[in-house]
Amino acid sequence: MSDDHVYLSLAEGHDDSDARWAFGTGFEDPLHGVDTAVPETVDAARLAATCLALGDDALVLAQRLAEWVTRAPELEEEMALANIGLDLLGQARLLYARCGQTDGTGRTEDAYAYFRDTGDFRNVRLAELPNGDFAHSVLRLLMFASWRLAHFTELAGTPDPVLAAIAAKGVKELTYHRQYAAEWVVRLGDGTEESHARMLTALESQAPYWEELFAAEDVRDAVLADLRQVLDAAGLPVPDPAPLPGSGRDGEHTEHLAPLLAELQSVARAHPEATW
Amino acid sequence: MVTTVLSDVRRARHLAEQVPDPELPMLTLADLGVLRGVTITADGTVVADLTPTYSGCPAMAEMRAGVAARLRDAGFDRVEIRTVLVPPWTSDWITPEGRRKLAEHGIAPPMAAPQRPAGPVPLTLSPTRRTVPCPRCQSVDTEETSRFAATSCKALWRCLTCREPFEYVKEI
Repeated sequence: MSDDHVYLSLAEGHDDSDARWAFGTGFEDPLHGVDTAVPETVDAARLAATCLALGDDALVLAQRLAEWVTRAPELEEEMALANIGLDLLGQARLLYARCGQTDGTGRTEDAYAYFRDTGDFRNVRLAELPNGDFAHSVLRLLMFASWRLAHFTELAGTPDPVLAAIAAKGVKELTYHRQYAAEWVVRLGDGTEESHARMLTALESQAPYWEELFAAEDVRDAVLADLRQVLDAAGLPVPDPAPLPGSGRDGEHTEHLAPLLAELQSVARAHPEATW
Repeated sequence: MVTTVLSDVRRARHLAEQVPDPELPMLTLADLGVLRGVTITADGTVVADLTPTYSGCPAMAEMRAGVAARLRDAGFDRVEIRTVLVPPWTSDWITPEGRRKLAEHGIAPPMAAPQRPAGPVPLTLSPTRRTVPCPRCQSVDTEETSRFAATSCKALWRCLTCREPFEYVKEI
């Protein structure tokens, strides 16, 4: 190995199986070397279900955020959205790895991301909704990041040490995500007539999906307090919509998830054993 | 025998510490604070503990490969690289030497990470005034242009005195 640059020495072709650096399938286990034992007091099936739902939320929203690349209003916003997506993708990898260790299947992260179908996904429908305009995207991100931050803050104290560690790490990242989205919601809500009207449209169409986030957890008050704080500063009303029937947590999705997954999974499915 | 093991540990630690970071190659993994420990087990395996900066940091695989290759090249046949997630990485772990090298390369080093008590993280909407000195001209007349930049760990700033943009390693 040459000492000059890690990339160069990897590109030279190491016979080492861990010398893989390109993006694609076949990454090594992101939890490699972590003590993966499940404490006796923890219900492994429930733990796995939690990891799967949180992993699916992150993977699906990361894909939506990546769609903004080359389309965002400014280069800085494009980088911000892509970076937030990258954080979520990292969280998804760790959560899928934990899921594979605890659901009894021993599956890898690739199996969860690429080789499950729409009905197997447990993400909330809010994550899969199309990006719409920038107002839609930042409002969705605000709600998602506020909820996930509150939920991860609780999970940092969960009895499973691996999930607790993933959550504690995620809290720091999600704090940045929520801040970014909150500042944009205020700017647009309190901006021009046009931007205000677009925020109102976004609120109206997304609010019915919020209830799904609260189904199993007790973080509703904290999240709604965040939301109220931002909407007040933005001069926007706090909606109180009737929730939509069904739930992505039960595998019931909008018509928007299947095309998203088709794009996400196409290469891995065309070349199922490929690594590069 | 004990002396040999001790000096082996010291040598292995030194080798691992000197591996450069793939994204910030002016820093070693020790400077960045991601190398959490190097030990040698009873059967002679060198165990190096690494922690990721951000969950999605794509450099983690290269770091692992870099440390393993460096140790094997130095004659340590059995090497294990472990991922450590607890406690989560903080920019406070970047060493004084690492901060000096960052500034020398035109990247502003991070300020102290916020100390938060356990419990909900408060949301602050009023602009937080932070002063990040320009790494080129030391002016404090600078402003943030984007909280996200070319890598997860950095933000974009610009100096209003020398007019140069610069990167800032975010406090986290």
